[in-house]
Amino acid sequence: MYNERVIKEFSAPQNTGVIKHANAVGRVGNAACGDIMKIFMKINDDGIIEDVSFQTFGCAAAIATSSVATAMVKGKTIDEALKITNAQVIEELGGLPAQKLHCSVLAEEAIKAAINDYLTDYKNKDK
Amino acid sequence: MIINANRRVYLDHSATTPLDKEVLSEMLPYFTEQFGNADSVHSFGSDAAFAVDSARRKIAEILGVKSTEIYFTSGGTEADNWAIKGIAEARKKKGKHIVTSSIEHAAIMSACKQLVAQGYEITYLPVDPFGLISPSDLSSAIRSDTILVSIMLANNEVGTIQPIKELCEIAHSRDVLFHSDAVQAMGSIPVSVSDLGVDLLTLSAHKFYGPKGVGALYVKSGVKPDKLIIGGHQERTMRGGTTNVPAVVGMAKALEIAVRDLEKNYKHIKDLRDYFVDSIQKCVSHVKYNGEIKNRLPQNANFSFEFIEGESLLLNLDLCGIACSSGSACSSGSLEPSHVLLAMGIPPEIAHGSIRFSFGKENTREEVDYTVNKIQETVNKLREISPLFAEFKGDIKSV
Repeated sequence: MYNERVIKEFSAPQNTGVIKHANAVGRVGNAACGDIMKIFMKINDDGIIEDVSFQTFGCAAAIATSSVATAMVKGKTIDEALKITNAQVIEELGGLPAQKLHCSVLAEEAIKAAINDYLTDYKNKDK
Repeated sequence: MIINANRRVYLDHSATTPLDKEVLSEMLPYFTEQFGNADSVHSFGSDAAFAVDSARRKIAEILGVKSTEIYFTSGGTEADNWAIKGIAEARKKKGKHIVTSSIEHAAIMSACKQLVAQGYEITYLPVDPFGLISPSDLSSAIRSDTILVSIMLANNEVGTIQPIKELCEIAHSRDVLFHSDAVQAMGSIPVSVSDLGVDLLTLSAHKFYGPKGVGALYVKSGVKPDKLIIGGHQERTMRGGTTNVPAVVGMAKALEIAVRDLEKNYKHIKDLRDYFVDSIQKCVSHVKYNGEIKNRLPQNANFSFEFIEGESLLLNLDLCGIACSSGSACSSGSLEPSHVLLAMGIPPEIAHGSIRFSFGKENTREEVDYTVNKIQETVNKLREISPLFAEFKGDIKSV
């Protein structure tokens, strides 16, 4: 059902846990549907994502997409990270089964939610 | 993880069982030397017909019914479909209402759904938190236009055994036919058609160490479902299609062995299951054992592991060579978790973390130890990355 890359990312996921001094958190999905993805970021004053991590409740595809999505945004600027699409996450994984495509959407949404959390907070501080 | 993949533990006997070697040797001649079509007039045909008749007689004898009441099918799904659609069509002048349960197998559920599109009404009986159907619910569901009640003997996901005899008496007292899907129960617990009193009963061979692709529908004399598969004059004109001779021979042999060894296997399998359940409850926190304790198939254990999703647990165990099955939707592709667990009132987020382990006669205690150990490891690993578990721990701290 899953390719080797997905199995690898799922069985030994990168960037798991909670990072210290995170200033951005995005939480998407819901438990009743079987998927929750939470992404933590530490974004510096230059708008660069210095560090990133995730916690995911979900199937193998949800865990694998969390793993590669966090790896993809690490070191990127906010603007670059906001441009990452679910299609790119799928491509990075070398494909996902059709019924699991929604997991990649969740990853894209989680990245956006985390960055929005940062931006909202940032703007509030500005005022 | 992959390093353990050379070790394999099969704990999915409710999905299918390995073919018994005794059964295989009984079947083999019917693929080659005795390959005849059971409907042919010549000696090749009559040899095959004799084998089919013997198989039918053997199965009938074990069930305590007449051999003319056994019809071979391509499996449990066909038999279930035939019972539902065949009775619906045959009795539609009397009424178009069918009563079933909310925890039936897809073979029943899908047939019922199709009938709704044809103007039939279906009542799905609820179950209690253990998966049991209440006889009084059945009693109040039956109407003057009810033509059939179909309730499984034992559930495939949680193993709950229904009080079929009592339910059947209620249906009969109201002049309604009763069908039961005994696919999971047959070979695991004693099943006597005359005791149960049912009018139709579904069997599937591969659940009791027989071959795949063969099953049977018991139809009581005088009950006449319409045909589902039409063609030649096979199965006394009731079911078209060349008889799968090796398969029906294998089915009869497998049932004979299952019944012969039932007491011994029941004890062995139940001991293993109980040992497994005890060990999990001791070693893993936040688990819920789903289903009945007493009225339960010996092979079945169904657990909800809180804060994690079933498929990710199942796949991690698969990487350790352990085969089990997920009641979670994520493995089947829909977002809805198991309809059985939901019907039992288990919240969706808990149902998503449910796994079924089903034991078989060849499993060992050592395999149980290995599995419990791997479950413990995997559950911990998945909880470490679960936001639900982190939030739960945070809540505890903040209290």
